[in-house]
Amino acid sequence: MSSDIAKKSLFDMSLVAAAAGDAIRKLDPRALMRNPVIFVTEVVAALVSVLFARDLVTGTGQAWFSGQIAAWLWFTVLFATFAEAVAEGRGKAQAASLRKTRTDTMAKRYADSQETGGAWASVNAAGLKVGDVVLVEAGELIPSDGEIIEGVASVNESAITGESAPVIREAGGDRSAVTGGTTVLSDWIKVRITAAAGSTFIDRMIALVEGAERQKTPNELALSVLLSGMTLIFLIAVTTLYGLAAYSGMVVSIVVLVALLVTLIPTTIGGLLSAIGIAGMDRLVRFNVLATSGRAVEAAGDVDTLLLDKTGTITFGNRMATEFVAMSGVAELDLAEALLYASLADETPEGRSIVALAKQLYGLREPVFKDTKPVIVPFAAQTRVSGIDLDGRSIRKGAIDSILKSAGIGKDQASAEFNSAVDKVARTGGTPLAVSENGRLLGIVHLKDVVKPGIRDRFNALRAMGIKTVMVTGDNPVTAAAIASEAGVDDFIAEATPEDKLAFIRKEQSGGRLIAMCGDGTNDAPALAQADVGVAMQTGTQAAREAGNMVDLDSNPTKLIEIVEIGKQLLMTRGSLTTFSIANDVAKYFAILPALFIATYPELGAMNVMKLSSPQSAILSAVIFNALIIIALIPLALRGVAYRPVGASLLLRRNLLIYGVGGLIVPFIGIKLIDMAVAFLHLA
Amino acid sequence: MTMIGWLQIGLLFACVVAAAKPLGVYMARVFSGEKTFLQPVLRPLETAFYKLSGVDPGKEQNWLAYAMAMLIFSLFGFLSLYAILRLQAVLPWNPQGFDNVPPDLAFNTAISFLTNTNWQSYVGETTMSNFTQMAGLAVHNFLSAATGIALAIAVTRAFVRSSAATLGNFWVDMTRATLYILLPLSIIVALAFVATGMPQTLLGSVDVTTLEGAKQTIAMGPMASQEAIKQLGTNGGGFLNANAAHPFENPNAVSNFLSIFSMLVISAALPITFGRMVGRDRQGWALLAGMGILLIAGVAIVYGSEAGGNPLLTALGVDPSGGNMEGKEVRFGMAMSSLFVAITTGLSCGAVNAMHDSLMPLGGLVPMFLIQLGEVLPGGVGSGLYGMIVFAILAVFIAGLMVGRTPEFLGKKIEVREMKLAMLAVLILPLVILGFSAVAAVLPSALASLANNGPHGLSEILYAYSSATGNNGSAFAGLSANTPWYNTTLGISMALGRFAYVVPVMAIAGSLAAKKKTAESAGTFPTTTPLFVGLLVGIILIVGGLQFFPALALGPIVEHFTLLAGKTF
Repeated sequence: MSSDIAKKSLFDMSLVAAAAGDAIRKLDPRALMRNPVIFVTEVVAALVSVLFARDLVTGTGQAWFSGQIAAWLWFTVLFATFAEAVAEGRGKAQAASLRKTRTDTMAKRYADSQETGGAWASVNAAGLKVGDVVLVEAGELIPSDGEIIEGVASVNESAITGESAPVIREAGGDRSAVTGGTTVLSDWIKVRITAAAGSTFIDRMIALVEGAERQKTPNELALSVLLSGMTLIFLIAVTTLYGLAAYSGMVVSIVVLVALLVTLIPTTIGGLLSAIGIAGMDRLVRFNVLATSGRAVEAAGDVDTLLLDKTGTITFGNRMATEFVAMSGVAELDLAEALLYASLADETPEGRSIVALAKQLYGLREPVFKDTKPVIVPFAAQTRVSGIDLDGRSIRKGAIDSILKSAGIGKDQASAEFNSAVDKVARTGGTPLAVSENGRLLGIVHLKDVVKPGIRDRFNALRAMGIKTVMVTGDNPVTAAAIASEAGVDDFIAEATPEDKLAFIRKEQSGGRLIAMCGDGTNDAPALAQADVGVAMQTGTQAAREAGNMVDLDSNPTKLIEIVEIGKQLLMTRGSLTTFSIANDVAKYFAILPALFIATYPELGAMNVMKLSSPQSAILSAVIFNALIIIALIPLALRGVAYRPVGASLLLRRNLLIYGVGGLIVPFIGIKLIDMAVAFLHLA
Repeated sequence: MTMIGWLQIGLLFACVVAAAKPLGVYMARVFSGEKTFLQPVLRPLETAFYKLSGVDPGKEQNWLAYAMAMLIFSLFGFLSLYAILRLQAVLPWNPQGFDNVPPDLAFNTAISFLTNTNWQSYVGETTMSNFTQMAGLAVHNFLSAATGIALAIAVTRAFVRSSAATLGNFWVDMTRATLYILLPLSIIVALAFVATGMPQTLLGSVDVTTLEGAKQTIAMGPMASQEAIKQLGTNGGGFLNANAAHPFENPNAVSNFLSIFSMLVISAALPITFGRMVGRDRQGWALLAGMGILLIAGVAIVYGSEAGGNPLLTALGVDPSGGNMEGKEVRFGMAMSSLFVAITTGLSCGAVNAMHDSLMPLGGLVPMFLIQLGEVLPGGVGSGLYGMIVFAILAVFIAGLMVGRTPEFLGKKIEVREMKLAMLAVLILPLVILGFSAVAAVLPSALASLANNGPHGLSEILYAYSSATGNNGSAFAGLSANTPWYNTTLGISMALGRFAYVVPVMAIAGSLAAKKKTAESAGTFPTTTPLFVGLLVGIILIVGGLQFFPALALGPIVEHFTLLAGKTF
């Protein structure tokens, strides 16, 4: 996982203090109803408190014991609410800083949203409606989310991304979306508002990190059902024990039955369940990824196929010129010079790399034009070529097909030499660019995609986890295959159109697979919506951001891999603590049952395998252990269990050993130690 | 314990496993509608049945329709059996001239045979006429078993199918289970039983003068045929009160071996059928292994505690090498009696060849606990398999998250709906067993039925409700259960244990069948490995058994420790 996560201490003192207050507020039974296990604990804690009061008044001599049990039962509930409060605390801090950006701003709204040449009036941003058009000038906050309809500006989006370097936003294309709360640094833009007040991106972000709108995720709900069911089962077991014990001629104290009940019901996982979920979302947030729902985070853990854009994810994205291949009869130096001229005005990374290579390999310098003024031919979508017109020389460079077309050469008319050079480049995964001068082919440039170091290992790790990686690229199949094998992806889609992506996702899904992908363009939106996990780039269009179920504020497509890992970690944490909690029950029986019945059946003392000092101490120790284990596991719940990219079999073996077998053994030791302390302090 | 004893036990398990494979595969073919060697003979018969009853065998049912068909069929089964019992005196084949069965006993008995429990509050040879035995009880021995198998097959199909609305046709599955599986097997087994000397006659009891000159009435009847389906269908309801301990129901060591084999074989083969039908044989073996481990552990504890003898008698100078032979038949011996005890309760059979009331406390704990685990080891025909699938779903749900994916079993995601229904099913056992036991334990009229007091008396109550709810049917004896209270509450327990459990399970099946099968990868939770088998065993013990621990502590466990301390009840 990336190192740039803020490694704030889990128990930051200010957070803990705030959480402690929240924990007490959360004791409200109406709120606790959502968590049946802890709710039952609270109800019986209240019951034992009443019994304690009775014992105090009537002076049964049991008051000291029932008082302690009552106290520890309340602690059990408090520790559970505290866990949730701590988990929420970090989000709250983040939400507070986001809120600052939402101070009342004024907006310059055009009276007529269709005719924006007219006059504007200053209105409160809160009063903006969807469809309104506003003018935002340098130094002003963008009042709400919207789409630029006119103008270009540099925008500081640090309020959302934390990244202070400005980004360019302009009308049309994939960079037209702006977010309310960000600041225009230069120039001006006209923005059509796309979000009503209260439902802007920042509003949603605040709600998300605050956990105010937190809905239980599907798996969390199912787990709650299991935990409630188990609570009910043990409720039956304990209540009926009253009758069974009566048969045996003993009156079992209600306090002890309650103690048995609370130690048996899964309070550990019940108390930590929501903290685990919140912490999982929080891990994503700290990773600068916003999930619109917890469901998406769970789905991320289930993903079987990652659809990765080649550019920026697998390769650095900038194809670099690595070689010039001159046709026979063309001097290499002439070719280099022609390329240098043609690329002078080309600001794309490819263009710059051609200039750099020409300078570096052939010692050329940038020409100075004195007499004649060259005419730059910029890249045009129609011709798909760019170049320069200079002294009657018309130099063009571009994709092979485009150059052949512009030079008027038919596909089969190109020389064998040219074709073989093109093939050679393509076969090695490179991209050939052709150069022509006045319709004559000079040679080709070998542009190479550089695969990111270490990406192969990542893919191997994903494969071990059972996740297939599919590279999506606009390259031709030959190029794509070469890069795919170099990067070690399982499959690739070459010459991919957005429709291809969508079709691929549908095909995989119909085979029962879950797909994750990322995208930023409007034409990615359908695929993003169709994918089970769709991560939109923050720099992307509004359509893309709305189609996906996550937004990556850093706009880093590689993060898809980490998102999957975070999803898996969340599920693993939940499962491990559930297993641990349920396995704990065995030891608790051995602590409480002999203590419960020993007065009538002294022979059952044989079951006291832990040799606990007295029946009361045994019961108290089990209850104390049950409470303390929640506190002890909060860090694990918040941090998540250690994740390793290995197959399911290995993961299961490892976690079953730690949390299953560990869950059987730990309470035996823990209860024994607490019992020794209880006996030493004469608490029971 | 002796080496010879373990060899006998080992031989039996080896025979069962060897037979389970071909039988399991055969059943998979039968229920998939594929060709089988019996088809030329049975297919016309099968078609005739459909024609006669107006069933369209090609028309499949969704889970609700399937479950409703089962319930309606069971209701009519109940009414007809109740009528037979109540009208016995006027019906034919009543050589002994038995009277009508009283209402509460008829209610109890009808539910008992309907639910494959075969709890018997009556003494068969002095209560039931030959007509009742054959047309009433034996018919339900077939039908309740066939119903169980049909349900298990419907649940199996939930994992076979993807995005499906239907689970098969109850009438077809039930007919096939009877015609292709139960009938042929029971004919073979009945003939084999006759060969071992079991009576098969329509004559009534015979009055004889014994060598000492006393008059004795010897019960006779169509025993071999009844016995065969009683074992094969894990019914367990004996023709005679002494059940398989009686020389007529179980004449010798060979018939005993065959009895154990035949009660185990179908339940052991069904997981194989499951594996074959879902296209993964290993899954079937994994489920069978989970069942086997717990069952063999149960056998070992019973055998160990019984072979160890009674320490109190040992203290009096009795040679402990014979073990605790109280309530056991010498012609079966220690090993095969202990084996019978564990298997009849691990299965929901309930036939007995030894008196469970006379087992050592730990020996008595095991059968009770095996029943309380939900009758899945390997359980009744059909019911054991679907019970085991519920446990597999729980195991996958609890531990499945640990591999970092939401839980799935055989490609089917386990979500809220499945979990709700699974918990509903799992709740039934503790609710009914512990609920009724707790009431009976304080109700004077219920306590009057006890033969023993102290923990042993509590064990008798607990055993009765466990046996009824688990649809086992074996009795701990000692308890005079033929009273209105027990007949009624045990009847209710049996009905809840069967129907309140299986309806949610069918709903799970319906929900799972409708889901798409997710693809399998290296990231998928492995459900065929030894690790999973171990996990499954752990979940069965912890989720299925732990809630009974406090009750057991007051019954057999405390009895064990007090016995060691020299006290009996």
